[in-house]
Amino acid sequence: MSSGDLTGDGGDSEWSIRRMVMTMVPLLAALSLLQMASGSVLEFFEGTLLTQPSLLVLVPVQIGTAGNLASIMCSRLSTQLHLGTFELSPSNPAIRANTGAVFALAATVFSLVGFAAWGIGTVLGGTLTLLEVFTISMVSGMLLALLVVVLSVASVTASYRLGYNPDDTTIPVVTNLCDITGVLILFAVVVVVV
Amino acid sequence: MYQDTAKDVYRDGLPVIVVSLVAGLFAGTILGSETMRNGIESVPGLLLLLPAFLATRGGVYGSLGARISSGLHQGIIEPRFELDERLSNAIIASFINGMSVSVFIAIVTFLVLTLTGQSGSLGQLVGIMLVAGFLSAILMLSVLVSVIILGYRRGLDPDNIIGPVVTTLGDVFGVLFLLVGVYVVGLVV
Repeated sequence: MSSGDLTGDGGDSEWSIRRMVMTMVPLLAALSLLQMASGSVLEFFEGTLLTQPSLLVLVPVQIGTAGNLASIMCSRLSTQLHLGTFELSPSNPAIRANTGAVFALAATVFSLVGFAAWGIGTVLGGTLTLLEVFTISMVSGMLLALLVVVLSVASVTASYRLGYNPDDTTIPVVTNLCDITGVLILFAVVVVVV
Repeated sequence: MYQDTAKDVYRDGLPVIVVSLVAGLFAGTILGSETMRNGIESVPGLLLLLPAFLATRGGVYGSLGARISSGLHQGIIEPRFELDERLSNAIIASFINGMSVSVFIAIVTFLVLTLTGQSGSLGQLVGIMLVAGFLSAILMLSVLVSVIILGYRRGLDPDNIIGPVVTTLGDVFGVLFLLVGVYVVGLVV
């Protein structure tokens, strides 16, 4: 049972400032470089965003919710790993339960977001219809949920195999990838719908 | 034991995710507001650095939360407000991570602007990131550690609290502190 390695008292080096900074800073720096991709997309659509505030409202909500769902799923899988009960398999009841819950949560949240972003955008001077904003929110939201599930399982497994503590790596990697792809998905759907 | 069904996970996740949804809408409203749209127009690079800046909050403080949570579950961190070495190391490391990556983002944004032939001010971008990064660090570290410890004492699973707390505070105050940064740097320059 090699999965006991992470729970063992593998020394307090796990908790040294130097180790935490050295592990995290290069990773975060690399991820912020990747984030420039979604920043460039935002900048490219600056004109549209400034005239259609609904879309500007959708940006942090869409990204934040994806990050949230990813973080619920990752930290549950990561804790399982520390307790030695994680197993990568489609029949793993924890993976199944988390996957079902992520899709149900996404459906609930992104339908609400569709209405709210339309309302706020209209107040702030936007002209998109309810149907347009709702469709954008739901379609991009469900695609995002799929992405969250796949990336969470893949990255918890990968960080375990590579010997990193998933707490340091999984959440930053998954939330960042979801952010970037989330913005790309969002604007791909925007281009199709609007 | 971790044998929760999808229904359990949904029920645990829903309230917090709805709270963070409301906060996300709040952040979005600040972002869509007249003042912020003026800021976006007047500071070249602000939209460019926005995703990286917001994501850094999630990365730094989300992983701090997950680390404390695993420490609590493993019993190597006590749910008390005494700064034992592990806890204070994790907090100091998060502060260093947050600040250095914020400055890095400002520099990269300036480089991207320069490379794509747009004008931008390195001093302005670094200044905005320092102000926004510092204010976020103080707020996130104090609230996150308190919420996890208090929640754990009341029998809440920290794994369900961290994500929402981080994204909620991170996004709302991230956008707000960015606006503060634009304002403060505007006064100095």
